[in-house]
Amino acid sequence: MARVVVDVMLKPEILDPQGQAVQRALPRLGFEGISDVRQGKRFELEVDGPVDEAALARIHDLAESFLANTVIEDFTVRVEEVSEAVK
Amino acid sequence: MTARIGVVTFPGSLDDRDSQRAIRLAGAEPVALWHKDKDLKQVDAVVLCGGFSYGDYLRAGAIARFSPVMDTVIEQAKAGLPVLGICNGFQILTEAHLLPGGMLGNDHLHFICRDQKLRVENAETSWTTDYTAGQEIHIPLKNMDGRYVADQYTLDELEAEGRVAFRYLDFNPNGSLNDIAGITNAAGNVVGLMPHPEHAVESLIGTGRTDGLPFFTSILKKLVNA
Repeated sequence: MARVVVDVMLKPEILDPQGQAVQRALPRLGFEGISDVRQGKRFELEVDGPVDEAALARIHDLAESFLANTVIEDFTVRVEEVSEAVK
Repeated sequence: MTARIGVVTFPGSLDDRDSQRAIRLAGAEPVALWHKDKDLKQVDAVVLCGGFSYGDYLRAGAIARFSPVMDTVIEQAKAGLPVLGICNGFQILTEAHLLPGGMLGNDHLHFICRDQKLRVENAETSWTTDYTAGQEIHIPLKNMDGRYVADQYTLDELEAEGRVAFRYLDFNPNGSLNDIAGITNAAGNVVGLMPHPEHAVESLIGTGRTDGLPFFTSILKKLVNA
């Protein structure tokens, strides 16, 4: 089994009021010097079998058609290495 | 024979009964459609009503767009079937790419519920002929994800082609670009808007006005004359 991570973010030009609300709260919490926050979504897909090129291509299609709305969002797909030490 | 107008119920739809009632008050026959049905029961038009289809999980309208009924709605809308998307229905129409742009959370992050003033910008769509261009109306608005966004090219195109069908007046309730409350596709058969005309069809409820009724009389007139 392998894990594929799809990260989805609003396109840079689109206002992210959630991120702004978080950013505005930071000074109150004592975190200075953070000039911008944008909030996105992370999907972790546990995939049966090997994550070969064909499997990645299918996940890319899934991300493009469903997990992200490419009218307003960008996405990235990557395979996450599962570390032996964690087991 | 009277016109048959379908209203789709998704899990999480809230305004299906109100939409059916509005259709009946306008003089047409409402037909209940179920999200799992591929068959549209030979209706003459379809209303995608308000609510929170599939809980709005992922994005508003994103999961509903892949329901079996939408396969048929998308196919037939492209062939000219009149489709009206109200609120969640508007979100579904953008997710289905039947209308351009996208819908995001309100810029103030809160749910909003108010009587909203609008200007009818386009009185030539299948759903707006009983209005006049420039007419100002009041209908209720209630949503969490009502912020219409599109890239500059799309906005310019919508404006140039008169496809901004409704615009917010006096107050922009959600940060929608260009104060856009509703748009139409190029053919004029697919219309989506955030405010709820089906809640303003009887003088005793809602705004106390019936400013939403012309949506349903417009489509009835179009279908009867067709």
